[in-house]
Amino acid sequence: MEYIIIIISAIFVNNIVLSKFLGICPFIGVSGKVETSLGMAGAVLFVMTIATMVTYLIQVYILDALGISFMQTITFILVIAALVQLVEIILKKVSPSLYAALGIFLPLITTNCAVLGVAIMSVQQDMNLMESVVFAIANSIGFGLALVLFAGIREQLELTDIPVPFRGVPIAFVVAGLLAMAFMGFAGIV
Amino acid sequence: MITSEKKINMSQLKNFTKGFIRENPVFALFLGLCPTLGVTTSAINGIGMGMATTFVLVMSNLVVSVVKNFIPDKVRIPAFIVIIASFVTIVQLIMQAYVPSLFEALGLFIPLIVVNCVVLGRAEAFASKNNPGSSVIDGLGMGLGFTFALGLLGSVREILGSGSIFNIKFIEGDGLLIFILSPGAFLALGYLIVIINKLSKKGS
Repeated sequence: MEYIIIIISAIFVNNIVLSKFLGICPFIGVSGKVETSLGMAGAVLFVMTIATMVTYLIQVYILDALGISFMQTITFILVIAALVQLVEIILKKVSPSLYAALGIFLPLITTNCAVLGVAIMSVQQDMNLMESVVFAIANSIGFGLALVLFAGIREQLELTDIPVPFRGVPIAFVVAGLLAMAFMGFAGIV
Repeated sequence: MITSEKKINMSQLKNFTKGFIRENPVFALFLGLCPTLGVTTSAINGIGMGMATTFVLVMSNLVVSVVKNFIPDKVRIPAFIVIIASFVTIVQLIMQAYVPSLFEALGLFIPLIVVNCVVLGRAEAFASKNNPGSSVIDGLGMGLGFTFALGLLGSVREILGSGSIFNIKFIEGDGLLIFILSPGAFLALGYLIVIINKLSKKGS
């Protein structure tokens, strides 16, 4: 039951992109096409889940045990950076087309605040290992959902006649605002 | 001799001011958007976040430009990240000690300065190629441009959302609450960029 609450809350009520403002850069940058968004969401799902698991173990067994939790930021970001390298190497071998499609945004997962944000949040909220993993998976699904929805809308936007000053990023923000408003409708179900 | 000195001063000035409008990290380059949207529920929060980022930006630019020749090219990004993360930890501890209320309000976004694209972007694009002096000026200019953007967005959202500015209320009751909530952040930033686009088109 608790897991269901974590999942619904992370995907819909407190959506990581639309209500916590994490991972905005890929949200605005990659989400031109549905296909690339799905690839990005997959990469984030993988990195975020493993990163949260590893950082949780490091927090409990190294940082807390030695009483050096002020090292949290440095340790976590290094773990995430190493993991992203790993994913990059694997993806290059397994699926070169996806690797080419994600381009610059794959190394940028390192600086995707969603990954570090979720790792820190799960420590701050005193979750146990299983809860953190579920939390990470749910958050990356929420990230993917926002990304794919947004990409779908942007594909339609390409065909419409937008006033010149709005073209490009500004209209994307306005659309994101409306999307966030729609997600506010979920508030209160958990 | 004098003219060349003047030229250097001019280029330094240009280096300093480019972060405000022309290469403003938020309005022109669209970097560092997460904290921009996340913390700007009031002008004070926006400026506080901007100042914290400016400190990290200046210090990391300085250190990166000093040590750039000792770092092998292949591990340069991880090395930059460690340098940035150290300064973020310093800011975190200082803010927790001296401005606990701001520390509470900014919350998660303080450790997240480490993944702010503006900071790593300047380290990679500018500080790793230039001398310490101009790197510090670049960091200061970009940081203040970032602070300016956050302060502006924070003010707009605070005025519309709670009818106050710097916590001084000028209307009775609540404002348009939507601007304090998450949709308002996206809408306000979108329209601000539109206005800036429109104005800068007219200027040129």
